[in-house]
Amino acid sequence: MGKAIIRLEQVWKVYSLGKVEVAALRGLNLDVKRGEFVAVMGPSGSGKSTAVNMIGCLDIPSKGRILLEDKDISHLSESALAQIRGKKIGFIFQQFNLISTLTALENVMLPMIFQDIPEDERRKKAWELLELVGLADRMQHKPSELSGGQQQRVAIARALANDPEVIIADEPTGNLDSKTGAMVLDFLKRLHKEEKRTIIMVTHDEQLAHAAERIEYLKDGIIVKSKVKLAK
Amino acid sequence: MLLSYVKFALGTFAHRKTRSLLTMIGIFIGIAAVVALIGLGEGLRGAIIGQFGFLGPDVLDIQASGLNFAGPPGTAVVKPLTEDLTEKVERIPGVEAAINRYIESGTMEFNDKQDIVFAWNMPEGKDRATLEGMLNLKVSQGRLLKDGDNLKVMVGSGFTDKDRFGKPVQLGNRILFKGVEFEVIGILEKKGSFIFDTALIMNEDVLVDNFREDGSVNVIAVKVKDVEAVDSVKTNIEQLLRKERDVKKGEEDFVVGSPEATLQTIDETIFGVQLFIYVIAAVAIIVGAIGITNTMYTAVLERTKEIGIMKSIGATNQTIFALFFIESGLLGLVGGLIGISAGFALSYSFAFLGRQILGSDLIQADIGIGLVLGSLFFSVLVGLLAGVIPAYKASKKHPVDSLRYAQ
Ligand SMILES: Nc1ncnc2c1ncn2[C@@H]1O[C@H](COP(=O)(O)OP(=O)(O)OP(=O)(O)O)[C@@H](O)[C@H]1O
Ligand SMILES: [Mg+2]
Repeated sequence: MGKAIIRLEQVWKVYSLGKVEVAALRGLNLDVKRGEFVAVMGPSGSGKSTAVNMIGCLDIPSKGRILLEDKDISHLSESALAQIRGKKIGFIFQQFNLISTLTALENVMLPMIFQDIPEDERRKKAWELLELVGLADRMQHKPSELSGGQQQRVAIARALANDPEVIIADEPTGNLDSKTGAMVLDFLKRLHKEEKRTIIMVTHDEQLAHAAERIEYLKDGIIVKSKVKLAK
Repeated sequence: MLLSYVKFALGTFAHRKTRSLLTMIGIFIGIAAVVALIGLGEGLRGAIIGQFGFLGPDVLDIQASGLNFAGPPGTAVVKPLTEDLTEKVERIPGVEAAINRYIESGTMEFNDKQDIVFAWNMPEGKDRATLEGMLNLKVSQGRLLKDGDNLKVMVGSGFTDKDRFGKPVQLGNRILFKGVEFEVIGILEKKGSFIFDTALIMNEDVLVDNFREDGSVNVIAVKVKDVEAVDSVKTNIEQLLRKERDVKKGEEDFVVGSPEATLQTIDETIFGVQLFIYVIAAVAIIVGAIGITNTMYTAVLERTKEIGIMKSIGATNQTIFALFFIESGLLGLVGGLIGISAGFALSYSFAFLGRQILGSDLIQADIGIGLVLGSLFFSVLVGLLAGVIPAYKASKKHPVDSLRYAQ
């Protein structure tokens, strides 16, 4: 396997809630190689979301370093982080997080607006991506007119809009029934297998986690166990 | 890119119509008030300029002062001017011409109907051409009066209105004015001023012989040779008149005015009224701006999650700022558009009502393109300014906290 695309070195994240301080991460170390599919598991509150948000450049650590393609991103400004996540990261959330006033097509086009991609190119790409996730007939629908599974597929298409290296899925099936969840997982597997994208998926479901090549178990802000599967 | 943002902002905007409309009420009232009042003010000013009929820096007019509310200038005064004064004024150095102007009100009969009208005179000889030039007098039918036209009149364009005497007055028609029969030989072009449009015009000696035995004159119009000398000529005329009419300085029973100076006074009055309206409009606009700020604050709060989402898919702080900033500007723009339309409607209906009630053409609305563009620009500016702080707040929101925000 290739070298690390993501590396977390002794990462701490401390939230201060008034007088009380909550350490969500306590010196987390993690390497993710290019093209790897990693699942992150652990009890609620163990710091999974905190960790992947930082990998996705949504936040910076209180202490420690995060390297993305050998570049230290732990001290970058909001704007610099926004640029990186716009280009290199694709997010998929448990709550789908689509913009309710926009159609499926517009939602998929939105990340490309932020990258200054011309309108006709945006439209074409969004069209292709929605076809890829099997929603060709739902382009003009608003999120409220789509089922949960369909919304999550729009979100997958949106995550792919700017051809990101890394896809971060934080409990992508958490709000879906097991059948729809399996379908969403299938998409992630395809992105990993066919397109060689790096995927980091948080899940509570051991069975889904086994789709990954490696499972990391988090507890109280550090990795307590790793399970590596042999490449199939 | 900017266009994409504008489109995006328009989309959100359309989604929140009711709130957006409520927000815009302040801007809307302010802009409507400004547009309506500037429009009316401009119209009024235009009408007043027309009213004088002639304007120029080299023209003065002399009137006896007194009661002068209702009728045409110089018709209801205590001690009228007299014809012999005109000759004396004409002899003052620097005066090119002093012209007697008689204005006579009386009953006119036509088509068996009666109405009160007024008549004024054209002077004979070379003064005729001078006055025609000063008044820019032209006929739309028939011809202008000339020397020797006895019992002939030119009529203002208003007489072609069939409502006044049951049928329009036409060339060659005979009319009775104060019991004397006249033949209509010319119809004047419409001037938009009652001094012309509703007047009968006859030769000076005809008017004097038939209606004016006492030698009184209503206005003496003075044309000055040299514009530079207007003030000194005016002083000399005043001196002469004080002597002739035996009054002390400061107790004059006459006025030597220049139409331009009068216009200035009117401008000042209109300005005073407008200033008052501007203050009201400014208050409305400030209230409107606060309304927009408030709406934008609410929008930023309500859309916290949306901001988080947009940041998570690559929106920078500047992008978020731009989106909310543009949206705020749009609120101003739409408020301004509605305000301008309402201002149009208001000023034209005021002008219409005014004309119906007062029966005078004096009240006109005149809304220029400059006023429209200026108001639009201003309302967008107000919207943008009102949006600065909310947009800044939006841009500074933390992505993770925003994503966690419960909708
Ligand atoms: N913005 C924040 N402010 C304060 N505390 C926070 C914040 N975000 C997370 N925490 C705390 O940090 C800890 C880790 O939270 P995190 O969301 O990463 O857990 P998680 O493993 O994703 O849990 P779940 O499985 O429930 O999603 C929790 O104790 C949480 O309360
Ligand atoms: Mg979580």
